[in-house]
Amino acid sequence: MPESSETKKTLKKKIVFKPSYFSFPYMLLCAIFVVLPLVLVFVYAFIDDKTGQFTFSNFAEVFTGANLRLLLRTIGIALLTTAICLLIAYPTALILASSPFNKFVILALLFIIPMWMNFVLRVIALKELLTLMGIGNGLLASVIGMVYDFLPFMLLPIYTVLTDMDKSYGEAASDLGANGFKTFIKVTLPLSAKGIASGITMVFMPVFSAYAITDMLGNNNTTLIGKIINELFINGSTWGVGSAFSFVLLLLVFGTMVLSNLVGREKPKAKGGAK
Amino acid sequence: MKEQKTFDRIIEVKNITKIFDDTTVIDDLNLSIKRGQFVTLLGPSGCGKTTLLRMIAGFTAPTSGKIFIEGQDVTEMPPYKRPVNTVFQKYALFPHLNVFKNVAFGLKLKKIPSGEKKAKGGTEKEIMRKFTKAEIEEKVNRALKLVGLDDYGYRDINSLSGGQQQRVAIARALVCEPKVLLLDEPLGALDLKMRKEMQIELMKMHRELGITFIYVTHDQEEALTMSDVVVVLNDGLIQQIGTPKQVYDEPANAFVADFIGESNVLSGTMLKDFSVSFLGAQFVCEDKGFAKNEKVDIVIRPEDIYIYPLDTGKGQLAGKVLGSVFKGTYYEMEIDAGGYEFTVQSTTEATPGAMVELRIEPNGIHIMKKLRTVNQFIGTVSGENRVDFCDGSFDINTEIGGVALEKGTKVKVFVPFDGVELTDDEEDGEIGGNVTHSLYKGTYYQVQVYSDTDEDFYIDTTDEWDLNDRVGIKLDKNKIRLEVIEEESDA
Amino acid sequence: MRSTKNKLLLCFKWAFLIVVLACIYLPILLIIVYSFSGEPNIGGVNGFGPFTFALYKKLFTNSPRLMDATKNTLIIGVSSALIATFVGTLTSVGLYYLRKGKKAVNFVSEITVINADIVTAVGFFLLSIFLTRIGLPVEKGMGWLIVAHAVITTPYVILTVSPRLHQLNPNLYEAGLDLGAGPMRSLFTVIVPQLIGGMISGFALAFTLSLDDFVVTNLNKGTNGVETITTFVYASLRRSLDPAIRALSTIIFVIVLVALIIFNIVKNRKLYRQQKQQNFR
Repeated sequence: MPESSETKKTLKKKIVFKPSYFSFPYMLLCAIFVVLPLVLVFVYAFIDDKTGQFTFSNFAEVFTGANLRLLLRTIGIALLTTAICLLIAYPTALILASSPFNKFVILALLFIIPMWMNFVLRVIALKELLTLMGIGNGLLASVIGMVYDFLPFMLLPIYTVLTDMDKSYGEAASDLGANGFKTFIKVTLPLSAKGIASGITMVFMPVFSAYAITDMLGNNNTTLIGKIINELFINGSTWGVGSAFSFVLLLLVFGTMVLSNLVGREKPKAKGGAK
Repeated sequence: MKEQKTFDRIIEVKNITKIFDDTTVIDDLNLSIKRGQFVTLLGPSGCGKTTLLRMIAGFTAPTSGKIFIEGQDVTEMPPYKRPVNTVFQKYALFPHLNVFKNVAFGLKLKKIPSGEKKAKGGTEKEIMRKFTKAEIEEKVNRALKLVGLDDYGYRDINSLSGGQQQRVAIARALVCEPKVLLLDEPLGALDLKMRKEMQIELMKMHRELGITFIYVTHDQEEALTMSDVVVVLNDGLIQQIGTPKQVYDEPANAFVADFIGESNVLSGTMLKDFSVSFLGAQFVCEDKGFAKNEKVDIVIRPEDIYIYPLDTGKGQLAGKVLGSVFKGTYYEMEIDAGGYEFTVQSTTEATPGAMVELRIEPNGIHIMKKLRTVNQFIGTVSGENRVDFCDGSFDINTEIGGVALEKGTKVKVFVPFDGVELTDDEEDGEIGGNVTHSLYKGTYYQVQVYSDTDEDFYIDTTDEWDLNDRVGIKLDKNKIRLEVIEEESDA
Repeated sequence: MRSTKNKLLLCFKWAFLIVVLACIYLPILLIIVYSFSGEPNIGGVNGFGPFTFALYKKLFTNSPRLMDATKNTLIIGVSSALIATFVGTLTSVGLYYLRKGKKAVNFVSEITVINADIVTAVGFFLLSIFLTRIGLPVEKGMGWLIVAHAVITTPYVILTVSPRLHQLNPNLYEAGLDLGAGPMRSLFTVIVPQLIGGMISGFALAFTLSLDDFVVTNLNKGTNGVETITTFVYASLRRSLDPAIRALSTIIFVIVLVALIIFNIVKNRKLYRQQKQQNFR
């Protein structure tokens, strides 16, 4: 008996604990709660809800009639929201990052504070104001709501990039004879591309899921794809079509991820070359 | 008595190999360390000295081999159970604790026999207890006093200077009363004056405490000043173990000679016992036991060369002084003699431009066996005048004594050092590789290249190559020699 | 000439910022002002009406469903953020020492960050069904939401904690082991104290994200009537919205404001102390 406990002991000793093992619980969690759900979405997207057989019909349904219009409308609203956010956020960030505004950190903070407040409560507040102004429901209210909610997410990355950007670039450019506008087009804008790219990914994709905003501020013509997916799962058992929708969104997510990575990668090169 | 002897070796490292991502950092290393000694692991960066120390501490597990502390196999024992403590290169003090709490950290965890015994399951077991608050306070204060930081207990770590932080790190390790204290380049981050001071203090501590110190450094002067025993490491192999005097005066090979102290390393030929020839002259030496005309490495320390004016007839070599620098107590001169640039140290200066004679006494000439005299590989004949080795196929005359070798014959391939050419452009060579070592041997450089096919090539070349240069290796077919490997069964 | 042009430009810049800020804060100010009004409708025929704390009183005494939703939101937010902070910190330390596979783990956690909420929501929905089918019954509701929120917010904790880890002395953990502390004790007595700042930021971020979530919660709250503030307000918008929501919004806004001010003061003071210490040395 003592002998067996002895061998057990030596066996146990063999496993020397390494600090990297601390990451194993999360790896397990990732496998179950991140990877497995994506696999399930993929699998369900190819299963017929009624027969349980393999099928492509779920995707056919996604790309026909009302659903396709819904998808295109969502993309349209997402593009519109992203564009308006960029148009407001970029000049704001540019001003905030420039002298003398960059001395007041609190000023930039003021633009970010609402981000920390519950978005539904903010949208409710906006709705009260818009109702007061007589534009309570509709496409205009929806888009205003979207921009109101997502503006900080566009502002923050651009502002960060612009404040980190070496001021000497601009000075060097004007030293070389570029006027203000030229400096902006040739130097500031390309160097802030990374911030713009991550701002766009932080606004464009989330709009797809932000159906609560258009639901609260819009009408039947502003319904977003997120709401339909939600309903496909909540009401009844049309999970196949819902999964196919999700799968298409997933592809879109990866598409934007790759695109923004491409833009992001060029930046350090430019920086390295200039220094 | 025998028991006593095995116990005398406090640390034993047996056949330790460590491979990191396909790179062999430590190669089948054996080392035993005597109790109470101040042992220094000395070598250039990347030689494996820190890895060896980390394996003794338990932070890194060896790929194969065993480590013993006081005769006990600790190879798989985690660091928190080993009776050793470490002083880290950048101190690694805990920033959230003050000086006192840093030093007390280990004591608070330590358990000691309480003196009472408890019967458990038929066997009597000692009850362990923790240190009391008063005991901890007393020990910590003693340790702080030892390192000269008596009243610093409640100071914030960040408010201390580098030297003071180093002292706290030493106190923190010593207070645990380790059997062996491991020090990983502990003085590397200090300025020169501070470093000298700490060297003396560490030696004093070692004398007073009587425990074993293992000290890692790349600074040869530090190693020679402080240690009882110096272990010179390179490429994961022990080059020499000896007292500071031994490694300085009798370097085991050209690497040690070159790494420790300044030295002139030349290539020569052993004519017979006590007679060697280099740079076209013949010298009397104190070495014997070499084969006739064996190629050897010759090491001459700069202070062992005597300068005489030209035509006095006292010297053995004629030379021209190229330059001279005053180094405080002596002059260091560059003297060109017979195509070799000697470094010479002397208290009298010879003016640059002057012609001089050089004399080297027999006890100043250190003869060493050449590590290798020829590159040797194992290959296979793959066709007529074709041999495969080093993952490549080469055109080589496969006739030995007028008989063509059969396809499939295993052969030893000998490529002399001057039968290899290095090319700047990797594409020009047959095999790519990186320069791992370059040693000036008077009239040429001996370069070591680690090829992409995992082989070491030695090359004699007149070109100078920098470490880690990417090079192409080209073989001179005419200089390659083959030898058939006799199969075991035939013999 | 040039200086007047510059002054004009500066005025324009200020004006631009003020207009944007006004647009951001006008709705919030409206809600705050009207939280002290007794009128059920903002801008109704009766105007502002008398100044009163009636809505605050109503919120705490006579708005049971709104209070329930707030309670649920807090329970889910705090528990999921605690789990995320614990797991995220542990993982950051593990990843710091991991030699192989670091990229794969980072990629997977990046998916969680960048994925569309609705896809994540669908994923959790399908997972609950899958787990139930293979004999691990999962009931959508409070517990499931805590798990989902923890998984979604853990990557944000990793992103906040990891950079601080890289600023630490690489031998700190080993120093703990060397002095006799086991792996867990070294982690908690040596490494974690250095990461406290990052962990607090990570917790705050995870908590806010959980509070803000609507899509995942809406699809995974089940049918037992577990509502959070977001789902409750969204659902009750169709019918009539409890005006006490104005009081709740005001309270939340004030808490956010106070928390951010404290956070910035602490941060600046720490910076100041560090600078002072460096000067001292």
